[in-house]
Amino acid sequence: MADSIPLSGATDLTPEDKHSRLFLEVMHEWIVTTDHKKIGLMYIAASLMFLAVGGIEVLLMRIQLAVPESKFLTPEHYNQLFTLHGTTMIFFVAMPILFGFANYMVPLMIGARDMAFPRLNAYSFWIFLFGALLLYFSLIGGKGIYGGSSVPDVGWFAYAPLTSKAFSHGNGSDYWALGIFITGIGTIGTALNIVVTTICMRCKGMKLSRMPLFVWLMLVTSMMAVAAIPPLSAAQIMLLIDRHLGGHFFDTQAGGSAVLWAHFFWIFGHPEVYILVMPAFGFMNEIIPVFSRKAIFGYPAMVAASVGIGFISFTVWAHHMFTVGMGAAANTAFVLSSMIIAVPTGIKIFNWLATMWGGKIQFTVPMLFCTAFLFQFTLAGLTGIMLAVAPFNWQLHNSYFVIAHFHYVIIGGILFALFGAFYYWFPKMTGRMMSETLGKWHFWLFVLGFHMTFDFMHIVGLLGMPREIYTYEPGNHWAIWNMIVTTGAFVQAVAIIVFLVNLVRSHFKGELAGNDPWDAWTLEWATTSPPPSYNFAEEPMVRSRRPLWDLKHPEDPDWKYEFETENEMTAHR
Amino acid sequence: MNSLATESVRSFGFPSLISPRLHIHMLIPMLSEALRGPDSSLFDRLFTSPDSIFAPRSAPAHEIFQLSMFVLIVTAAIFVTVAGLLLHVILRYRQRPGDDNHEPPQIYGSNQIELAWTVIPILIVFVLFLTSVRVIFSIQNAPEPKQALDVTVVGHQWWWEFRYPKYGIVTANELHVPVSNDPNQPMPTYLKLVSADVDHSFWVPRLAGKTDLMAGQVNDMWIQPEATGIYYGQCAQFCGLEHARMLIRVYAQTPADFQKWVANQEKPGVQDPSVAAGRAVFEHNACISCHTIKGTVAGGRFGPDLTHLMSRDTIAAGTLPNTRANLEKWVKDPDLYKPGCKMPAMKLSDQDVDHIVSYLVTLH
Repeated sequence: MADSIPLSGATDLTPEDKHSRLFLEVMHEWIVTTDHKKIGLMYIAASLMFLAVGGIEVLLMRIQLAVPESKFLTPEHYNQLFTLHGTTMIFFVAMPILFGFANYMVPLMIGARDMAFPRLNAYSFWIFLFGALLLYFSLIGGKGIYGGSSVPDVGWFAYAPLTSKAFSHGNGSDYWALGIFITGIGTIGTALNIVVTTICMRCKGMKLSRMPLFVWLMLVTSMMAVAAIPPLSAAQIMLLIDRHLGGHFFDTQAGGSAVLWAHFFWIFGHPEVYILVMPAFGFMNEIIPVFSRKAIFGYPAMVAASVGIGFISFTVWAHHMFTVGMGAAANTAFVLSSMIIAVPTGIKIFNWLATMWGGKIQFTVPMLFCTAFLFQFTLAGLTGIMLAVAPFNWQLHNSYFVIAHFHYVIIGGILFALFGAFYYWFPKMTGRMMSETLGKWHFWLFVLGFHMTFDFMHIVGLLGMPREIYTYEPGNHWAIWNMIVTTGAFVQAVAIIVFLVNLVRSHFKGELAGNDPWDAWTLEWATTSPPPSYNFAEEPMVRSRRPLWDLKHPEDPDWKYEFETENEMTAHR
Repeated sequence: MNSLATESVRSFGFPSLISPRLHIHMLIPMLSEALRGPDSSLFDRLFTSPDSIFAPRSAPAHEIFQLSMFVLIVTAAIFVTVAGLLLHVILRYRQRPGDDNHEPPQIYGSNQIELAWTVIPILIVFVLFLTSVRVIFSIQNAPEPKQALDVTVVGHQWWWEFRYPKYGIVTANELHVPVSNDPNQPMPTYLKLVSADVDHSFWVPRLAGKTDLMAGQVNDMWIQPEATGIYYGQCAQFCGLEHARMLIRVYAQTPADFQKWVANQEKPGVQDPSVAAGRAVFEHNACISCHTIKGTVAGGRFGPDLTHLMSRDTIAAGTLPNTRANLEKWVKDPDLYKPGCKMPAMKLSDQDVDHIVSYLVTLH
């Protein structure tokens, strides 16, 4: 592995005290830690655990749907499983794992020693974990253990009035509302923390215009989270008031409004999609340039597109509601906003292509995942355009086409980018490389399983199969597609197992990574792998967007070019 | 040419329904031709299956289909462009074993190029937006012609109630409407959608897009089936435990058949003295508090109207054939087939079940 020229003073050569410690001591250290890196790793570990749980849930569902009229699960259990699967994957896997990476990487990338509020950071993590465990406590809480009736079974968007006391007996909806509400507190805390960290904690010379794009995207994402989570939290409190204090916000039998809940939920829910995908864009922005051996193409355009998506994403929510009877004028408005958001997203794709253009692309495992992302996310964006066309949406809405579309976004896009990030930053986090061989097995198996599952899911949606049904009639030609989809799901499961094996094996036996195994350019590669608790012995100082490039290429540094463009702009002004 | 081609021709045999401004329908047979893989029957189904959104048989579904094909073609062109560029980049710019160790030239961006790939997509989405808007208004704001039939659809957990205010008819799960096969005299059916409990969604893919039945709100939609026959659909908004078993069947009939059906539905329930015992059991149990049989004391509205039960092909919201054997099993314990359904098992003796079912099967 290529060793880079160390950034002056970035690493401290004082040997660490390595006496062996008791297990309890280690546990204590992790539980009381306020170190952003440890907290980041705990986020990632907890998310991986919930990924396994959510994955097992969906495998059970896919067994049920593989053949028509299956008796494998009862309707009650099926409905509980898809509620748990959706809720788990969004709130306990996707969000915390992305915020986990941000927790680990943002301070390192901006040359800071920790987050702005380390104790808030620890609080956010533990309150998130508590919320998640509270939801899963419904399995055994209340009447749970006798019949599972305390497990929520209202779908992950929990449409009113199905959640009202009259239609949702037991405590399932309460567990859902409270569990997610509490998790939301943690998310808001972390998001605020990231915003303040990026605004206040950047090292010398790191102007906003020199921040790595991943940090930019996390800044936008965090601002979005601060604005998007509270509507959901408010709605959940209102729901609890309805259920326990006799309120009538969503209780349609007493004049409440079902559409109101839908508005609340999607005012959270659509920005949420971008809250999940923007960090993935961030991973792409870091990984693609390094393995194309080129600077990112159009940095200012990328920043502008990200901020643009951040704003526009708050205007598109009702494209989830084209069928609730909003009227032609309202539908038209949301078609327009949903179409427009495709433009900045397209700009990003083109800029990544231009970054690769003319480069020397090294197809390491992280780059493989990013390349697949480009294919799949393009497709996901295009099915998104189809869904934004309101009349087309009247047919596609709530069909398996929609399920296929958003899994293309979340798995084909976000999860692929996330796997790329794992292979890319694992050496920094542990000091060891992940196995490329196992990584390639993981990649190709996952590509195969992903396409088996989600390509054919589009077709069964076009053939009229609605979502959230526990079984279907044998007569309507859905069976063969469902069988393929189920098979694909198991192939994906195998790929995930390969990945987990790779993680564990590499942690103990992986090749030593050194500080900078990928010959990369951002600050996190200037310190040791894993970084010391204080990250950098001395505050780094940067003169451009790629400080390590400047060090490695003193004859052609970035800062010269950036200085010139800035001067040019000033001259124009 | 095989069955697919004839299907496609049939789909476009209604010139009045196709906007003269959109001639993309010429492309569809080509596209479907292209989609056909080695096992063409699988892909044929996309355009012929009785549930497919790409096999429209009703004016609003046709309009949506036209628009969908246009959108599909545009998005396919975009995908081919992007994927082509990506493939080119992967093949052309991958690092090769013999390459020198020099970094490639660093290019930081270009305002002209950025402008190009901002403006061109804006133009594309603007075209897509305008075509969408035309169809949105054309379907959602279509004026209701005088001759149109009005039906009120009430969504229940987990079955459909259809009320015909003009005729005073109430039926369940199987919607009968007149066919509209004369282009000069369209005969649409306007559906007023309400819910008795939670949200549902009325979706019969070949007839129209879906519209939700929102609790506490009145929505509407219209269908205009152009060929006689049965059209299948089901509830498309998760509505609780038995959401999966809430199917819709729409029977499009010739005006004469439809009037015959109406005339029969308007009659009170058949009173056959030979099954008086069954009627007595029915009327002396809680059956009457949920079910209506016109002309008897049974006047409940919580469950399906049974006045003409035997005029329906199915029971249990379109999921079971309406046979004597199925009725017996159903009356005995509805939970066996549809766990959690709102009809309780009445704990009747086998003899009483037999009596009741004997009575029910006379209700033509």
